[in-house]
Amino acid sequence: MNSHEHVFDDRTPGVEEHESTASYLSYTVGLALAIVATAASFIVSQTDLLWPPGIPVGLIVLAFAQIGVHLVFFLHLGSGPDSTNNILALAFGVLIVFLVITGSVWIIANLNTNMTAVPMQ
Amino acid sequence: MLGKLTWEAIPFGEPLPIVSGAIVGLTILAVLGIVTVKGWWPYLWREWLTSVDHKRIGVMYVCLGLVMLLRGFSDAIMMRTQQAIAIGPSQGYLPPEHFDQVFSAHGTIMIFFVAMPLVVGLMNFVVPLQLGIRDVAFPVLNSVSLWLTATGALLINMSLVIGNFARTGWWAYPPLSELAFSPDVGVDYYLWSLQISGIGTLLTGINFVTTILKMRAPGMNYFRMPIFCWTALASSLLIVAAFPVLTATFVMLLLDRYLGMHFFTNDAGGSQMMYVNLFWAWGHPEVYILILPAFGIYSEVVATFSGKALFSYRSMVWATLGICVLSFMVWLHHFFTMGAGANVNAFFGIMSSIIAVPTGVKVFNWLFTMFRGRIVFTTPMLFAVGFIVTFVIGGLTGVLLAVPPVDFVLHNSAFLVAHFHNVIIGGVIFGALAGIHYWFPKAFGFTLDERLGHASFWCWLVGFYLAFTPLYVLGLMGMTRRLQHIADPSWRPLLLVAEAGAIVILCGILCQIAQIYVSIRTRERRLDLTGDPWDGRTLEWSTTSPPPAYNFAVLPRVETIDAFWHMKRTGQPAQQRAYEAIEMPRNSPAGFITAFFAVLMGFALIWHIWWMAILGFLAAIAVVLVAGWSVEREQEISAAEIAQMERAR
Amino acid sequence: MTAAAVDTAPAAVPTGLARGRGGGGPAPKRIVVAYGFWIFILSDMVMFSAMFAAYAVLYGNTAGGPTGAELFNIRNVFLETLCLLFSSYTCGLGALSAERRDPTRFLIFAALTFLLGTAFLVIEVTEFSGMVEKGAGPTRSAFLSAFFTLVGTHGVHVASGLIALIYLVAQVVVKGLHPAILRRLLCWSLFWHALDIVWVGVFTLVYLLRA
Repeated sequence: MNSHEHVFDDRTPGVEEHESTASYLSYTVGLALAIVATAASFIVSQTDLLWPPGIPVGLIVLAFAQIGVHLVFFLHLGSGPDSTNNILALAFGVLIVFLVITGSVWIIANLNTNMTAVPMQ
Repeated sequence: MLGKLTWEAIPFGEPLPIVSGAIVGLTILAVLGIVTVKGWWPYLWREWLTSVDHKRIGVMYVCLGLVMLLRGFSDAIMMRTQQAIAIGPSQGYLPPEHFDQVFSAHGTIMIFFVAMPLVVGLMNFVVPLQLGIRDVAFPVLNSVSLWLTATGALLINMSLVIGNFARTGWWAYPPLSELAFSPDVGVDYYLWSLQISGIGTLLTGINFVTTILKMRAPGMNYFRMPIFCWTALASSLLIVAAFPVLTATFVMLLLDRYLGMHFFTNDAGGSQMMYVNLFWAWGHPEVYILILPAFGIYSEVVATFSGKALFSYRSMVWATLGICVLSFMVWLHHFFTMGAGANVNAFFGIMSSIIAVPTGVKVFNWLFTMFRGRIVFTTPMLFAVGFIVTFVIGGLTGVLLAVPPVDFVLHNSAFLVAHFHNVIIGGVIFGALAGIHYWFPKAFGFTLDERLGHASFWCWLVGFYLAFTPLYVLGLMGMTRRLQHIADPSWRPLLLVAEAGAIVILCGILCQIAQIYVSIRTRERRLDLTGDPWDGRTLEWSTTSPPPAYNFAVLPRVETIDAFWHMKRTGQPAQQRAYEAIEMPRNSPAGFITAFFAVLMGFALIWHIWWMAILGFLAAIAVVLVAGWSVEREQEISAAEIAQMERAR
Repeated sequence: MTAAAVDTAPAAVPTGLARGRGGGGPAPKRIVVAYGFWIFILSDMVMFSAMFAAYAVLYGNTAGGPTGAELFNIRNVFLETLCLLFSSYTCGLGALSAERRDPTRFLIFAALTFLLGTAFLVIEVTEFSGMVEKGAGPTRSAFLSAFFTLVGTHGVHVASGLIALIYLVAQVVVKGLHPAILRRLLCWSLFWHALDIVWVGVFTLVYLLRA
């Protein structure tokens, strides 16, 4: 189908082009890791295993871990000769998501503090 | 049966909408009639309505933008006239509930249905040609984008004669835009029109990011790409990043209005400030979506008509990317006065000032490009020079406004109105007009009349300064925006000057209409036979005017920046390699038909005609499913046909 | 053959340069389509982020009504999470089967994915209707509006994905594993994995952090 002798192609998320055992393994390992991280999230939030004030941070770290597992093991991001475009696009998306969420939270929290309604006298 | 729709929706008692609606309606019927009588439907259907060719789509976008410019400008002249008349005891001719619709429609139309289509249209036409390829990544989606944009434009225009438009301004802030305070269909027209066309715009963004990053002629690495393609890329990245925010925001407002939710209502915990925040998180990147391609057009025009390569191409690229990223970090400057603390305001004020730096880099690069060049003052070059002067002034007033304490005085004053018109007219509109003049011969095979082009430029330039300089002064004197009645008679002289400016711009527009007519009538005198009327530098000038459907018989091998200039200088023979068969995408009616059902669905949703809305939605989905079923979407042009077409060049 | 997006490598092209990065000309269609869909997914993530932001800002505005802690059933959320996670797994295996041109295996995994996705939706719809019956529907408070919209939009995406899966399976059954259909399946699996990623955000930030 594709002739790869002289040029190679950019990788793209989701495309897996190598031997079968490696690929089935990749998905299964990913699933296992994701289950561990997911279970950990639920345990952390529902029990006192983690110091309570640290629970939000722990959950966020675990969430990033789960997302990372998805990106690497299910979407095959980062594998392959040239996945720069895909990772750059992801980085851009992450930046925007970060700006929208943290920007909005910061701004609205600030506004709510400064503009708290004073009850009518 | 018909939801909220009754005969009362048609404003029989109001002369202005009825007369203008009648004129527009009769014009449309006349055009349709002529097309039918002359038997042009098969041609129109085959060559334009179902076309997935980026060149055709680009032309249609530009036509849409120019036609809507007439509607948006009519709103402008109506407002100027009202403000020139309704001073002191006089109430003018536009009652408040109409004036409010006029300024809301003016802003919405100008941003979404004039500026966006003009910019997107030029990107569509030019980018694949400059990249040395045959079409964009997703041609059928490209057609869908165009027709969904047209759907939005149609819906807004329907609001003139069926029902009314929003009275909230073009941002539709709650609580005014909530059901409690805008129970009529106006805000719904606004929301559905923009939501539908927003889908089209987002698809365009995806299309162009993919095209520019994944499909370029062999040898064209990133730093050999024309600068217009870089700005198109940055603009498309911003579209992909910003429009989803607008979509989500409008979904929330629609849920408030249709299902009684409480995102932005006064009661039950809604937060109106969150709407303002989210709206401008889209709104600021939007203006950079508009201006970045214009910057790219100026770079091409200035380089070509100075006979020199663009000065410091690399710093232009980095400046473009810098503006792209920074534009997502300044949006609070649209609501400094909403009450955030000094630290938040200071952060965004500083970021807003910083974003002027890469823009300044660009301005200097253009000036250095012109320095010691052999400058030819064609119409596009006039617009470029006019832009440099005008945009710098507008940008400086922007940096002024970026200082929060200053903004506290000038927020939502006429000064602000002058600032953004300064940068949008001086930047985006002049850029679109420059681009249209510059690439017109490539699209149609003959150049536009230069004398009328010059005349229209001077009218636009002088008219702009006459219309908006008084607004700067008035803003400093305390005049706010959107005033239906002026209480202070001392403002009259300045408002009369502004009115005069609007009339001069009108002359500019009339010159342009005349220019199109005259240019077509006398086109034999200005045929572009070589395909390269301006001694251009980039690959689009290596094709015929107009180019064949496949653009390039053989994709060019690119070795430098300004590839065509290099080819001309090194005497590369034109296309003598053996031709191979080319696969081009087939035409598709999917875009046009989807849009048809989108109009039905949008109209039905606005008027609460639920059965029609559901049917329209299902029909649109059905079109997608039917179109998506096929696996062979291409047709082949054989090597022999190509050889024949190339010989006929 | 030279196409708008080529399917084979052109001859005599500078070596060592990736297509799509300026060496070999336009990238193959498969790469172009997948990349475009990746960009679409990122835009969808941005849309979700605006809804997350709205939720983050409004979650405390309960207007005297019920809070998340009172309403959320964490056991159900855990079940939903497992359903979606396993459906991502079966989706991946289905994609592998399709790549290897094994339609039967693909159909089996597609069916499993569909069942797991449907299970997710059933649990979610049950949760939503339960809340509405308790008077904690989306019109009760800003918090609930934000909750229902964020989680509901994710659910609508899942439902659309399932409908699209039926459509694509029909294409496979009728036309086999044609390259164009393979590209669509690739896009579908990207979409499905992305939905699981969004769900990680949802269950962490909405359910676990507030419960």
